[in-house]
Amino acid sequence: MNASILIAAVVFWLAAWAFNEWLVRRKFYNPVADRAARLAVPLIFGATILVLWEGIVRGFNVPSVLLPPPSMIWTRLIGSVPTLWADFRQTFLKSVLVGYALGCGLGFLVAILIDRSPFLQKGLLPLGNFVSALPVIGVAPIMVMWFGFDWQSKVAVVVIMTFFPMLVNTVSGLAATSHMERDLMRTYAADWFQTLVKLRLPAAWPFIFNALKINSTLALIGAIVAEFFGTPIVGMGFRISTEVGRMNVDMVWAEIAVAAVAGSVFYGIVALVERVVTFWHPSVRGGQA
Amino acid sequence: MEQASFLRGRLLPIGTVLIALIALWYVFSAVLNAPFERDTAARAGGTIGFMELLPKTMAQERPVLPAPHQVFAELWDTTVNKAITSKRSLVYHAWVTLSATLLGFAMGALLGILLAIAIVHNRAMDRSLMPWVIASQTIPILAIAPMIIVVLNAIGISGLMPKALISTYLSFFPIVVGMVKGLRSPEQIQLDLMHTYNASPAQTFWKLRWPASMPYLFTSLKVAVAISLVGAIVGELPTGAVAGLGARLLAGSYYGQTVQIWAALFMAAGVAALLVIIVGIAHNLVLKRMGARA
Repeated sequence: MNASILIAAVVFWLAAWAFNEWLVRRKFYNPVADRAARLAVPLIFGATILVLWEGIVRGFNVPSVLLPPPSMIWTRLIGSVPTLWADFRQTFLKSVLVGYALGCGLGFLVAILIDRSPFLQKGLLPLGNFVSALPVIGVAPIMVMWFGFDWQSKVAVVVIMTFFPMLVNTVSGLAATSHMERDLMRTYAADWFQTLVKLRLPAAWPFIFNALKINSTLALIGAIVAEFFGTPIVGMGFRISTEVGRMNVDMVWAEIAVAAVAGSVFYGIVALVERVVTFWHPSVRGGQA
Repeated sequence: MEQASFLRGRLLPIGTVLIALIALWYVFSAVLNAPFERDTAARAGGTIGFMELLPKTMAQERPVLPAPHQVFAELWDTTVNKAITSKRSLVYHAWVTLSATLLGFAMGALLGILLAIAIVHNRAMDRSLMPWVIASQTIPILAIAPMIIVVLNAIGISGLMPKALISTYLSFFPIVVGMVKGLRSPEQIQLDLMHTYNASPAQTFWKLRWPASMPYLFTSLKVAVAISLVGAIVGELPTGAVAGLGARLLAGSYYGQTVQIWAALFMAAGVAALLVIIVGIAHNLVLKRMGARA
């Protein structure tokens, strides 16, 4: 046990906590400083977690098989960039992106197709809601059996996982306009297509982006978990499950770090596009997405 | 009158779609399983007619896509015809998964609610924790599942607890987000009223914030219970298929037992539906006692 490192970590934690409390209570009259303070608080918190982690692991001499310190994970991450990049390409660029585009596109198209049939909507919507609550990830072994070990089977899993949230959200988004607005379009003698493009689709964007955001996480989870069921010797899920077996826990954490960054960036891009497309929405105009 | 509209408004459309799906399933299983039968016939030195082919595609031992009646026969066989303590019983496996789900869900709900209360009452917590709670939702948390299992196994914790921990981890995020929203849902005017009553923070919490957050709580509980089942199933994958629905899936995929996979899938779907329905009923009961609905 190394008491000095532990004490240093705890002191850093307390100091950062006190500094955060002070930052939150203080009023900044300069808008730039205020923004910086708002941004700094969570960043300091994140840094504190890392320092505490490092300090506890080194202080108590936790074996690195259980929990490697962040510095070790970082060295491993820097040291194995080619492997990580290959895994990233296999899992993210092939499985996730293709599956995400196909699944969301299909869900959107089906929602438009059944838009004119209230009967189909009434039949499909409860089922879609039901399927969203199911452990859809369980179809992974079946898809691996059907489409083989390579990325095609992962795409299939991702398509199935992302299809239903998109379908349900788009259908409810298309129903979001009020009678008044639709009556107005009728008085303009707008046909179904014009009403769809000019009124109902714009009104549905917030719902559709909600589904896109949910799906960005689901797609990554689906692709990674599907790789646990069988994969060629590359891919994030494959790497995680094999390196866990070989007790290379630092490599696993490096892979998780990559997945976390990829997931956050993906989500961030979708959120950014949302702010541009739905600039009129109260949640964007209020300055808080 | 009401029953007729229920029939026309819900049962008929859902039923039609369901029947169409089952019909489609039969067609697909016939098409997908046909090549295997043609191969067998060709190897035996003959061809096979359509009328001969069709029933055979519905009764293969390891079909590419089992026909619905095969799956339900397997479900019936492994739930009703086996003693529930037997390792071949699907009820036994479902219980293994369900117990981990429930334990994890309970811990996750408790943790989530406590964290939400802390966030609502402390500005520093709010500012520093909330962005991370939201960011953590964009991270594929399930990827950590196998590691948690193996690492906890290495220090001697095995069985129910590691799986429950994964469920906890997955289920507490939606609850934190929902509860923070719910505890903040009382409007300024209502908070001001509590202020004029000279209510203490505890009184404001129990008489205003807590009741106001109930609809939000139950909505996130529904999401959380579904996701904690997923967590428990995925948590069973890396332990090498010992027991539970996830283990059934993995064992089925190793040995090509497609019927077993589909049966396990349907069982998982049934458990998920049951859990969501139970939370829904609890939701209605609580709202009724609070007088929110007539």
